[in-house]
Amino acid sequence: MAEILDILASATFWAAVIRIATPLVLATLGELVCERAGVLNLGIEGIMVAGAFAGWFAVWSGAGLWGGVATAFATGMAFGLLHALLVVPLGLSQHVVGLGVTLLATAAASYTYRLALPQVTSPPRIAPFEPLALPGLADLPLIGPVLMVQTPLTWAAFATAAAVALVLARTPLGLALRAAGENPAAVEAQGLSVTGLRIGAVMAGSGLMAVGGAFLTLSAFNAFFFEMVNGRGWIAIALVVFGAWAPGRAVLGALLFAAFDALQIRLQQTALGAALPYQIFLMAPFLLSILALVVMSRRAAVPAALMVPYRRGER
Amino acid sequence: MRLEPIARPSAARLFGLPLAALAATLAIGAALVLAAGGAPLAVFGLILEGAAGSRFALLETLNRATPLIFTGLAVAVAFRARLWNIGAEGQLYLGALATAVLGTGALAGWPAAGLLAALARAAAAVGAAALLGPALLKTRLGVDEVVTTLLLNFVILLLVSMLLEGVLKDPRAMGWPQSARLLPEARLPRIVAGLRLHWGFLLALAAALAVWFVEARTAFGYEMRAVGLNARAAAYAGIPVGRVIARTAVLSGGLAALAGFSEVAGLRGNLTLALSPGFGYTGIIVAMLALLHPLGVVLAAVFVAGIFVGADAMSRAAGVPSYIADLLLATALLAMVPALMFTRYRLAWG
Repeated sequence: MAEILDILASATFWAAVIRIATPLVLATLGELVCERAGVLNLGIEGIMVAGAFAGWFAVWSGAGLWGGVATAFATGMAFGLLHALLVVPLGLSQHVVGLGVTLLATAAASYTYRLALPQVTSPPRIAPFEPLALPGLADLPLIGPVLMVQTPLTWAAFATAAAVALVLARTPLGLALRAAGENPAAVEAQGLSVTGLRIGAVMAGSGLMAVGGAFLTLSAFNAFFFEMVNGRGWIAIALVVFGAWAPGRAVLGALLFAAFDALQIRLQQTALGAALPYQIFLMAPFLLSILALVVMSRRAAVPAALMVPYRRGER
Repeated sequence: MRLEPIARPSAARLFGLPLAALAATLAIGAALVLAAGGAPLAVFGLILEGAAGSRFALLETLNRATPLIFTGLAVAVAFRARLWNIGAEGQLYLGALATAVLGTGALAGWPAAGLLAALARAAAAVGAAALLGPALLKTRLGVDEVVTTLLLNFVILLLVSMLLEGVLKDPRAMGWPQSARLLPEARLPRIVAGLRLHWGFLLALAAALAVWFVEARTAFGYEMRAVGLNARAAAYAGIPVGRVIARTAVLSGGLAALAGFSEVAGLRGNLTLALSPGFGYTGIIVAMLALLHPLGVVLAAVFVAGIFVGADAMSRAAGVPSYIADLLLATALLAMVPALMFTRYRLAWG
């Protein structure tokens, strides 16, 4: 117990929590935007891989770090457009197409990587984002040391979360988007296009997922590895449910999850970690996600038209 | 823009559109080969030759198809009842785990036939249990099975890794995380002595026939399809939807686990973490390309296996990355799904 308290009292722990939460925040927001508009996006895992690769590849080719972020976003939007065109106007199975997009995006990243770098044994490194030392930040009590080590991409992620929450809750666009996921016929009665709104939401959401992936290559690490996304996309889908489709609660869920993840990493280095196989610790986040889904299952906040294709004039 | 059902689709539509999807896949594949600096026709030729150009190549393709038939069937039966089992990868590893635990000495002294039957049953039971949990969570609590089965894949793989580095580790393996070899009588024999194809392939064919029989000729098969088409209508008609989904889960999880049994007892003879390069996920492509038809699964599995085996051989010879196989299959899936829809619907404007 004393060991856990020691960990929880350290600034490096909380700094790690925010760092681990960042890609999850972006991916969860992206999935949330899709689902609020009525579209499940199982392409998320592959789109994160493609974003991680595209962002890293752009920077490695000399585009600059923000150029890498923009490339990742555009890559995500392109895969989002593919998913949206197949499931929104054509009404094809969102499960099947989404898994197909995950396979396609993952394979596209692997293939391009091998084409660009046929003979490398260790992945080439880039210079990743540096911590953003805002003036006066380090002097803040308690949270200063936690915040001063975060990179601009982390700040951007949390700012995006606030923006998404604001747009969804307070703007006509957000209202139209939520209505497309709850009652599409009403949107159409307003003279708006359900198809257009859903396609736009899936593209924007997929862009966010891809930037979540790019955080891994441009900020958390400095190179691209094939297995680096490692289920974060699927966890983001669980976090959307855990957050009851609300951006604020989803961010809280991502932070909670990240805290647990950071704790298990540190516990591996304690006496407890020496006594137990490391796989137990690695399993914990996945089991926690399943548990969270079960606990939250009673809260029926699912968008009413989620996974229901909209066909004008049909009921 | 909307979709209009076509009452009587023409033959040109029924066959032309899937062919067009295949042509589009090949065109994209050709572009990918060009991007890698290869010659498309030569590369496609090498893939074909690598998949079926010799007796060795063909047997290798059938060997690779064997687990894909099992996982393809597992996905096909589940998707038929709209149970989204994305956990075939984990169920496969649990089946392999059961085979390795019981086949390396726990049941020593059993005759081969009885031992193999016991191993297959144990594998299927563990796989079935692994999907029954998510299925019950779905029917009782409304927990989405896509996410739970996906997340369980990671948990199961870590469990297998833990056991392979712990109690199951072969002390003679020089520190490699692998299980001991199976007892000789726990191995599925070769179909023909000297050729690498084992009885797992015939078991897979038998499973496809059995699944076809269940789906087409039994009341349970009818209930499964009814639940998949419209669960509410099925419930209204008196079909016990929850029980049908639970039984579908047992069937699907069991089939996926048999892939693990067949790989360990047939091909490999021990359990490692390299047992499956994603057979569970590829099973989804197989099932979709087969339109969820159990006999179609066999053809689709051989086709998909051929692309993987052929691409491996091509990659060694022509230097185009073997990931082209994954790209071709993902493209084929995403082209085939809308093409098949358009055999039954047309776009109407206004």
